[in-house]
Amino acid sequence: MCGIVGLYLKNKALENQLGELFEPMLIAMTDRGPDSAGFAIYGDEVPEGSIKLTLRHANEDYDWAGLAGKLKHELNVGVEWFNNSKVAIFKIATSDGIAEAFITENAPDVLILSAGQSIEILKEVGLPVNIAKTFNLKGMKGSHIIGHTRMATESAVTMEGSHPFSTGMDLCLVHNGSLSNHNRLRQELQREGIVFETENDSEVAAGYLTWRLKQGDTLNEALTNSLKDLDGFFTFTVGTRDGFAVMRDPIACKPAVMAETDDYVAMASEYQALTTLPGIENAKIWEPEAATIYVWERSSETGVK
Amino acid sequence: MSDDINVKPGLRESATFDRNTMTEIRRAAETGIYDIRGFGAKRKLPHFDDLLFLGASMSRYPLEGYREKCNTSVTLGTRYAKKPIVLDIPVTIAGMSFGALSANAKEALGRGASLMGTSTTTGDGGMTPEERGQSTKLVYQYLPSRYGMNPDDLRKADAIEVVLGQGAKPGGGGMLLGQKITDRVAKMRTLPMGVDQRSACRHPDWTGPDDLAIKIQELREITDWQVPIYIKVGATRTYYDVKLAVKAGADVIVVDGMQGGTAATQEVFIEHVGIPTLAAIPQAVRALQEMGMHRKVQLIVSGGIRNGADVAKCMALGADAVAIGTAALVALGCNHPKYEEEFKKIGSAAGFYDDYHEGKDPAGISTQDPELMKRLDPVAAGRHLANYLNVLTLEAQTLARACGKNDLRNLEPEDLVALTVESAAMANVPLAGTSWIPGKGF
Amino acid sequence: MKTINLAESTVRDLNQALHDQAIECTEREWEVLEPKGQHNIACGLDQNISVDIKGPTGYFCAGMNKKAHITIHGNAGQGVAENMMSGSVRVKGNASQAAGATAHGGLLVIEGDAGARCGISMKGVDIVVKGSVGHMSCFMGQAGSLVVCGDAGDALGDSLYETHIYVKGEVKSLGADCIAKEMRDEHIEELSELLNRAGVDEDVTAFKRYGTARQLYNFKVDNTAAY
Repeated sequence: MCGIVGLYLKNKALENQLGELFEPMLIAMTDRGPDSAGFAIYGDEVPEGSIKLTLRHANEDYDWAGLAGKLKHELNVGVEWFNNSKVAIFKIATSDGIAEAFITENAPDVLILSAGQSIEILKEVGLPVNIAKTFNLKGMKGSHIIGHTRMATESAVTMEGSHPFSTGMDLCLVHNGSLSNHNRLRQELQREGIVFETENDSEVAAGYLTWRLKQGDTLNEALTNSLKDLDGFFTFTVGTRDGFAVMRDPIACKPAVMAETDDYVAMASEYQALTTLPGIENAKIWEPEAATIYVWERSSETGVK
Repeated sequence: MSDDINVKPGLRESATFDRNTMTEIRRAAETGIYDIRGFGAKRKLPHFDDLLFLGASMSRYPLEGYREKCNTSVTLGTRYAKKPIVLDIPVTIAGMSFGALSANAKEALGRGASLMGTSTTTGDGGMTPEERGQSTKLVYQYLPSRYGMNPDDLRKADAIEVVLGQGAKPGGGGMLLGQKITDRVAKMRTLPMGVDQRSACRHPDWTGPDDLAIKIQELREITDWQVPIYIKVGATRTYYDVKLAVKAGADVIVVDGMQGGTAATQEVFIEHVGIPTLAAIPQAVRALQEMGMHRKVQLIVSGGIRNGADVAKCMALGADAVAIGTAALVALGCNHPKYEEEFKKIGSAAGFYDDYHEGKDPAGISTQDPELMKRLDPVAAGRHLANYLNVLTLEAQTLARACGKNDLRNLEPEDLVALTVESAAMANVPLAGTSWIPGKGF
Repeated sequence: MKTINLAESTVRDLNQALHDQAIECTEREWEVLEPKGQHNIACGLDQNISVDIKGPTGYFCAGMNKKAHITIHGNAGQGVAENMMSGSVRVKGNASQAAGATAHGGLLVIEGDAGARCGISMKGVDIVVKGSVGHMSCFMGQAGSLVVCGDAGDALGDSLYETHIYVKGEVKSLGADCIAKEMRDEHIEELSELLNRAGVDEDVTAFKRYGTARQLYNFKVDNTAAY
């Protein structure tokens, strides 16, 4: 049970202010989710043939330089990196499979939170305001961002159980609601080779999308299939390399509101998360309909349904 | 059910297809509809009878009965409410609707509870003037159907109970068949007379704890933060539900176990959904303790409470108070043997009657029939309820004193042992005579 | 006129000031500035006062309203005017889901669109929507009227009791036990009066009426598919 927020900038001039615009949106959803918070930010892309990983270690003093050195040395590839709290962003001049396999083998206690050209996922346990501060959200730049504040229902309050959940290259998912068939589905997905870190229902939704995309579905097809295979109540927001998608279950009880201006497209669980956006007074505001997929992507500058 | 079974050679009843089962199959085949009835679960469940108190002897000192004080009062709603409720005894009357019960029965409940300084609770269908008039402390239920929901009544209430579920039917809505939707009931609920009324199972304008937090704030705003807000859940995933109720802002949490009664719902629901009251309490208490909220957010437990031992055991497991429904109705005269002949006429028997939804209750309690209703004298029945509540309290005090406690709430799980492995595991207390708690550490 | 700015005062302070008017009415006209989507604004009012909220509101604005006349100059969040008893609530923009849920009386006018479950379990309120309503609107509607000048989403009037429904545009689908009914003179009169009270200018003859088939009022074995 949670709060969801997303902001996609159409106006590139605003990209320097993405974090600044987004921080109050995330904090506005504190009442809906005081247990943990997180966000996936897109931008600062690495070139084709390179990969950007978000890595996390429980120890804030982890030797990231050592890991970077090892990667450079043993894989003989270029590595750029910086760290932010317990998280480090690694930009590695190789394909994702090789880098990820190396880290899994050589640094098994390092968790890979995301992989792609663009995505970085940052999340922690605690109040949204503290998490924004920990990662200096305000100073972040990028093209789009989705975030989540969590009120834990059945699974534990942990960093791993926080959203967003990675669902594949440059993809992630945040969820508000409660799925009712996630346990059986998790077992089926595990047989398909999908790995889960938690008992969280939302992670199963993320794992489901990962699996469908691996089966060759487009994002649209994967979401359409999820309407058939997922039971319960949900509002999903999916971050993609080029934008984001929003979808609600057929009953659509969990809230969602959208706003669009010439400068941006934004979504939130509650309107009050949108009130600090510039020009919101004159934005087009509406609620996404039940069982309908809404996608915004750079390739289609205006919102398409 | 006759008990004079002639056990003849060659005759053996199937344990799987016993007579009840076969009767139900025939009933289903004839009518095509599931069985609807009132009352709570009738199957044998692990219950408080499976727990025993360790009275004081050498290592602990007992208190003197009748002389040395043992406090029974409890204050509910200390978290946010400007006016918490003080109950003189930790036994309160659970929500039962006018509609399911007659106006006289509701009045009697109010009278009995007031005599003992405790609260009573409205139900699905609104607040009647009789009930408000006779109850010094009245809890107003806020239910999915919102039948008779009125802000004036809300402001008249001493506490508000947001009902998410009921032990007899967690996840389901209520049922009131046409026979009981009389003119007055219909008006209060804004329904056509005589319709079968299926109450909603989900609130119409919010879902989930994140929305509930906002709903609770609305109720507090409307009542200017004066009165406590309870959240009532049917016992299922109790550990999580209690945590979420705290997060959503509850002052008091009511957990209703599967032995809890109902006016009418599907038998399959009553017997197959939920967990026993005994099993629910330790889960609820653990959730509160982990959040540092035990005793700060008070816990009321209901579902199959019958005597002072049940009350004391609930308190020992960590409840702040208990609520009774079915037992209160029995105290008023429900299923009384003096109506045996009349029960027979409607195909039932005293002690077995559970077709509350049909509205033909010979005792005049679960009915809207004006003639039947008259049989229940609200003053006399109220007195009976007060007597019964008094006995519950005296019994609970007796046990607490024997365990050396000057307050019922000082009873602890360590004062209890279990008779069966099941109850030991559920209550998280050792099997009698051993130090073994099955699955210790949950 | 008394003005309260919610950038400076809390919703609690505002509501207390408005509730105090029920005891002694000192000010008939109120204005609320910078609501910014906050929840529970002006809920539980009980006095014949007018309240103009200059901007969008969050959940349960004007909840359980009695007597007061509340105008939201913007969009309204979930459950606007829920369980209203009397008075009126006007939303100048759109309303989110469950607008007018379980309301017993009064008039709710939504000048834009209303979301899903508009008028769910309504018990006597009159709701006039100039735009369209979402799916499951008037679900279990018990009494009162719902007028929709635009279109209605799926399952309109599912499990309906005695609410009168008038829709001018398309109805995507009707819910269980809801059927199209003949517009008789008394309905034209009722609809004219509703539109008039709401201040909405529409051609009464362009509307269709929907109501209950009363087939689910008492349990019948052959209807189980509808349950």
